[in-house]
Amino acid sequence: MLKTLRQIARVGIVSEPPPPSDEDMRIREGLQQDIRTVLGRALCIRHIDAGSCNGCELEIHALNNPLYNLEGLGIRLVASPRHADLLLVTGPVSRHMEVALKRTYEATPDPKLVVALGDCGCTGGIFGESYASCGRVSNVIPVDVAVPGCPPSPRRILAGILTALSSASASRPARGGRR
Amino acid sequence: MPLTHWFTRATPQAGAVGVMSLAVPPEQWKAVAQDFAAAGGRLLALWASADEGGTPAIRGAYLAEPGALLLSMPITRPEALYPGLGDVFPAAVRMQRAIADLTGLRSTDPDVRPWLRHASWPQSYRPLIDAPQGAPTLRATSDDYPFVRVEGDGVHEIAVGPVHAGIIEPGHFRFSVVGEKVLRLEERLAYVHKGIEQRFTQLPILDAHRLAARVSGDSAVAFSWAYCQALEGMAEVEIPPRAAWLRALYLELERVANHLGDLGALGNDAGFAFGLMQFSRLKEALLRVTHEALGERYLMDAIVPGGTRLDLTPTGLPSLCRCLGQIADEARRLRVIYDEHAGVRDRFSGAGVVAPELANRLGLTGLAGRASGQAFDLRCDLPCEPYTQISVQKIVRTDGDVAARVAIRFDELQESCRLIQHILALLPVGAHRTQVLTPAAGTIGAGLIEGWRGPVWVALEAGPGGAIRRCHPHDPSWQNWPVLEHAIIGNIVPDFPLINKSFNLSYSGHDL
Repeated sequence: MLKTLRQIARVGIVSEPPPPSDEDMRIREGLQQDIRTVLGRALCIRHIDAGSCNGCELEIHALNNPLYNLEGLGIRLVASPRHADLLLVTGPVSRHMEVALKRTYEATPDPKLVVALGDCGCTGGIFGESYASCGRVSNVIPVDVAVPGCPPSPRRILAGILTALSSASASRPARGGRR
Repeated sequence: MPLTHWFTRATPQAGAVGVMSLAVPPEQWKAVAQDFAAAGGRLLALWASADEGGTPAIRGAYLAEPGALLLSMPITRPEALYPGLGDVFPAAVRMQRAIADLTGLRSTDPDVRPWLRHASWPQSYRPLIDAPQGAPTLRATSDDYPFVRVEGDGVHEIAVGPVHAGIIEPGHFRFSVVGEKVLRLEERLAYVHKGIEQRFTQLPILDAHRLAARVSGDSAVAFSWAYCQALEGMAEVEIPPRAAWLRALYLELERVANHLGDLGALGNDAGFAFGLMQFSRLKEALLRVTHEALGERYLMDAIVPGGTRLDLTPTGLPSLCRCLGQIADEARRLRVIYDEHAGVRDRFSGAGVVAPELANRLGLTGLAGRASGQAFDLRCDLPCEPYTQISVQKIVRTDGDVAARVAIRFDELQESCRLIQHILALLPVGAHRTQVLTPAAGTIGAGLIEGWRGPVWVALEAGPGGAIRRCHPHDPSWQNWPVLEHAIIGNIVPDFPLINKSFNLSYSGHDL
């Protein structure tokens, strides 16, 4: 126990400030105004691997490390779509995951946000469309923000999540900054 | 018959070191398998292809004391059943079911359920034989997979997945339980089957290393190295010494990154979140120094045909050296904390045991195999450059429980940190890439690399005009998924996440 406490004290607090949101990632401005008003930054995310190579998952895991400290921002990765405000979807959508992804989307209460992650989630990537792959996530469910990269870095993923959470209109300089 | 009987008749295979190839008629297919099993050999992979004239062929790769053997069996009557190997090598069963889904070729083994095909395309469509089609043209069929039922007083089923509660890949697990005790687990995978093998045939052979790297994202270096090894053998290219050493550097960095991630996650699954925080911090430090030294956090496209795309930046070498030293020190300190923590020890010890005898019979391989007394590591047994010049210490345990798989990771982490320092000290100067010309149509190459999870195999066959006729990437998870079903028997359901994590098998690398 003493060794555990000593290690915690030795390392100290290593968390870093989050990146700004990035409007280039936004692909849809829909009905999410109310979700932002209600939630502020307290957000629950459900991750769905819809066919990824597992590369994006490694960087999603990194969001929970003490440096990115996702939970410190009030954002939690949750175990069920029933608890979620935002779906974080990776991979080209495999045809075998098409139904599961649609059902997960339907099981998520409205209003909800969807962030597609990685080159595959944005465009289908190197796997494309085939007898076994539906390609990009937006071919199967509506997507609000798409984060390219193979895999995108944790800072890019975080910027994508914060972009979904921020209002496009509010972050335009002409209309003033975010509260 | 002794294995020398087969090896003396075989011819050297282009690509990986120590691989021979041999064509056998169907009458000898099973005899070879039995001889390998009798000599303590192991099944590496089993897949279907076609010879140059278009005759279908089943191919298999075995590993034994003298080296690896790539076997081919031409199938002259596709409608007839070829001899199944399930009773000799149990891991062959799912591979044969996958062959049937992708090509329609069927074995004599009794389990004829589909494996890679769910309801998304009809049985009449054979992805590796028929022309590639877009998704919308194929009609889905009904999906009623016959799981094996366990019956008796108080037995009930728990169905989990495909979407799991954590940040993990999708798959379906069907537990038959009494109370909390697991009587039987049956896996159903292939949810992330995205047509990788068909996709290979649509890419230029000089460019498809990028797809190989994305077979399983956590083993990008192992797969892209194995692919390039096969290709370079076919094109008769010798890569510059610096390229080989850089590839080994990448491979060991990949091993360290995955072991750090797993050690943290295993602590977390045992209810010790401190472990996750500490190890995920170390992993982040490693990824950042990798980014500083090589320009990327994950080395997805670092290995290219003819060498490597990335070389060390000027500050990279000292930074890597310093960081790996610190990681080794911190991991040593954290190991003491894990070892002395009564709760962690209680969860790790005796959970998910695979005894060495069972591991041998089922063909448990790689890291999990070494935790169950299967003392195989290609870096020692069939070393390619530069492993011939750096002696890797093989790490083996015999307890076969979660604690043993954790201990292997701790030891291999230290060994890889040492190897990286060693590689950096001896890194040859000079070019790190050479030109590779398109190999002739009909040539075949083999790639074989010890990834962090186990042996990664790539069989590559060239088509005309720089195309790929067939490429089969094989992840060791094929061998280890069926063993997980045995490891969980008699354990309680809440221990499954911990036991599953201690194997940490790939879904994507298996589902293809």
